[in-house]
Amino acid sequence: MIDRRLVDNFDWGILLVAVALSLIGVLTIYSATRPVLDAVQKTFFMRQLYWIALSLIIFFIVVSIDYRWFMKFANVIFLLGIILLVIVLVIGRKGMGAQRWIPLGFLSFQPSEFFKIFFIIAISRYLSFIKPEEGLGFKDLVKIIVFFLAVPVMLILKQPDLGTALILFFIFIAMILAAGIRKKIILTVVIVALVALPFAGKVMWDGLKDYQKMRIIAFIDPQADTQGVGYHINQSKITVGSGGFLGKGYMQGTQGPYRFLPENHTDFIFSIFAEEWGFAGSLVLFAMYLFIIWRGFDTAGKARDMEGCLLVLGVTFMFSLYFFINIGMTLGMVPVVGVPLPLMSYGGTALLSNFLALSMIENVRMRRFALYY
Amino acid sequence: MEKRITIALYIVMLISAVLIFRLWHLQILKGNEYKNIDEHNRLRVLSILPPRGIIYDRDNTPLVKNIPSFDISVVKEDLPKDPETLSALAALLGIKQDRISAMLDTKPVKPFEPLTLKENVAFEEVARVEARKIDFPGLQVHVVGGREYIYGHSASHVLGYLGSLTARQMRMPEYSGIPPESVIGQYGIEKVYDRELRGVAGKKVIEVDAMGRIIKVVRIQRPIKGRDIRLTIDVDLQVEAEKSLRGKVGAVVALATETGEVLALASSPTFDPNLFVRGIRAKEWKKLVRDPRKPMLNRAFQSQYPPGSTFKIITSIAALEEGLISGNTSYYCNGSLYFGRVFRCWKEAGHGNVRLHKALVESCDVYFYEVAKGLDIDILAQYSFSYGLGRPTGIELEGEARGIVPTSGWKRDTRKEKWYTGETLNTVIGQGYLSATPLQMARVMATVVNGGHLYKPYLVMQPESDVKPEGRVRIKQKNIRLIKKALSGVVKEKHGTGRLADSEIVSIGGKTGTTQVVGGMTKEKELPVKFRDHAWFIAFAPADIPRIAVAVFVEHGGHGSTDAAPIAKKIIESYYKQEFKSDTKGDS
Repeated sequence: MIDRRLVDNFDWGILLVAVALSLIGVLTIYSATRPVLDAVQKTFFMRQLYWIALSLIIFFIVVSIDYRWFMKFANVIFLLGIILLVIVLVIGRKGMGAQRWIPLGFLSFQPSEFFKIFFIIAISRYLSFIKPEEGLGFKDLVKIIVFFLAVPVMLILKQPDLGTALILFFIFIAMILAAGIRKKIILTVVIVALVALPFAGKVMWDGLKDYQKMRIIAFIDPQADTQGVGYHINQSKITVGSGGFLGKGYMQGTQGPYRFLPENHTDFIFSIFAEEWGFAGSLVLFAMYLFIIWRGFDTAGKARDMEGCLLVLGVTFMFSLYFFINIGMTLGMVPVVGVPLPLMSYGGTALLSNFLALSMIENVRMRRFALYY
Repeated sequence: MEKRITIALYIVMLISAVLIFRLWHLQILKGNEYKNIDEHNRLRVLSILPPRGIIYDRDNTPLVKNIPSFDISVVKEDLPKDPETLSALAALLGIKQDRISAMLDTKPVKPFEPLTLKENVAFEEVARVEARKIDFPGLQVHVVGGREYIYGHSASHVLGYLGSLTARQMRMPEYSGIPPESVIGQYGIEKVYDRELRGVAGKKVIEVDAMGRIIKVVRIQRPIKGRDIRLTIDVDLQVEAEKSLRGKVGAVVALATETGEVLALASSPTFDPNLFVRGIRAKEWKKLVRDPRKPMLNRAFQSQYPPGSTFKIITSIAALEEGLISGNTSYYCNGSLYFGRVFRCWKEAGHGNVRLHKALVESCDVYFYEVAKGLDIDILAQYSFSYGLGRPTGIELEGEARGIVPTSGWKRDTRKEKWYTGETLNTVIGQGYLSATPLQMARVMATVVNGGHLYKPYLVMQPESDVKPEGRVRIKQKNIRLIKKALSGVVKEKHGTGRLADSEIVSIGGKTGTTQVVGGMTKEKELPVKFRDHAWFIAFAPADIPRIAVAVFVEHGGHGSTDAAPIAKKIIESYYKQEFKSDTKGDS
């Protein structure tokens, strides 16, 4: 069933680094949530391990299916995604002020996590279908926005999940630019954006929830309210900074277990890692993430067709965006927007979605040699 | 397409570079700064208060005791706030339930910080609370350092008291490095020797989590106990002195004649230093401060009074040494003397022919008026100064009064007037501008009888080798004998004014003094207390080789002979009974 040559072309590098990163994640979650006064270790790390196992299984299943098969059903997949987004709004479980989870018995998952991949598949398919020879025109742009972007972004904003909506938007921009767009349009968009910014900014600011506004204020001036919202940013910087060059050592970090840093095993897992492993460890971690990102772009360049190329570019953009925004957030360079660190942050759906994204890269890479096929 | 992928890669590298630069900035450049903040986050330094040095009397009898005192507090986050628990807690602590609720509603500085519900709890109550603690999560008993003054009101003016560090003291260099929750000496020996007594606080570094819960103890630095102090005070003598002053307003000072050791220093009325240890209640403080008899005032040296006839000792010495008189010089007393105006003798009928011996024994004023006519006030002042009057003795405690020794210069400076010889007549009998403290008068007594060595009185035991007289006053041995004999006569002789000090146990010498508060010859008993005369008696014993000098002063006490002399006798007898006891003990 599976071609020998496919196995030969399997890129172990991506998988090994990804598994290594997720295991480092488990170790860091373990340290961040280790008990201090209560005698029992919290089970976050165990659950994360189960999710890694599940993710690997799904990774191999998805890799074994030719990506062109997904492309064939791109529209169905996209519609399925939309339906899930509607369902979550209807029966979703609320958590932390937003309705993002669909309960599935013993676990629950966030459809918006998977939707990003469905979205990338659909856009890739559509862009390669229209094959803009001289770049995308104005009409094409409007069509794509209306067909693919507007509805999901609105549904996700309704949850509300600003972070995911923004990432969807950024992925969209990146993919349009990658596919090629007429210079005239870029110029127009930039000018219109510059002119509209003050008005749009006002509208957007008013549209933000209070907690979102607070995050932005805190980001601009963390010292303004060191006990309130600024607390998070400050504590993250303290956590990272106190690591120094070599770090405090594994299981020696204090900011997490003593609960000075909230969200320490989810969005702020990198701070805990940087506290325990220092600048040196963080550089190694960076190298691993950059390896995956580089492998993604490399694969995109080698893809046998435009569909594959755009698909890989889309997921690589997504992966990079998550990585950069999350690290920027923990280092106090980006407002706290609730974006997890790919592969390492605690959270099953996000982990699965990341492995799914990587499986797309692997999928395209394995099947890059059209000649043999 | 390839070109655009390359651009994307460049963008990724650029962003990575920015992030790594930021990481370097946080971890390497500002790493130490953040490490400090991080430690500040989770490390708390608690101080361990050191045990305070003990104060002993001269025979090593402890006068104070460090006693643990207990506070009951609650971590309100841990306490269930249902009405049943609260009413049970109210019953247990004996506090009204609405007061407990009110206290729980006041916000403590930090979460999980214990909130004190009741201070200074008796041990039995602590035991009761400990037994039922399990029913009240968050309830804690804290041990706090406390101090008990074993003899209560006794020697309180000497020992002083403790109190919390005041805001002003916190800024003073001599109190730097003291934990702000410390209690320190605020009066008396406790204050003056605070540096020695207080010791050095230890430290306990603990690690806490974000909610202030203690995770572990990182480091303990043990406190160093304060140094003990041995006083020169003899507590039995002190108690005896206070007993004899009971109900009166006044002071008693007993000095060892050969060293300047203060054997007893009593001031009446007195106060209970135990009230101050854990912060005195406003009501009690007001009571102390508003008491017209001023219990906080140490009358032994913080206030000054005309020394009255006790000063005749100095006048006699000055006149003898200056060659104005000899033991045989005689004047006639008919009850008064005219010198610009009439100067009266206390004895209206007069003393007849009076020589120095009789003048001292019967305290004839006219004799000294006659002496005064030829005695320059500034010469008299020189003698007074040399015997330690008109300047602080230098005893360790604070607030010492200097007394007044008038001179012609002094009068010119303060009153813008020249000195009149008539004023010298008043001065020689210890009236007029002259004033002295009981401590100064006790020292005068000691100096006269020890052969003229002026010692600085002191309260904290010193090695004998360190005790040296400040100087030697001008007095010939011959004159010492003359004065001592006369002072013995004061007590022994039939007409002596100090007959009531005569003892069967030990030979006592002394001089009475009665200081007029208002002029006139009204009968004392008919006057309101505040206009009655002050009574003095300064004494020494035994007569042959004196070892103890005593000054007794009773404010508005009436007469030196009737009111002060018996007190001096009691104290000296008590001293000798003890000496006798310890001597026989030593022999057996």
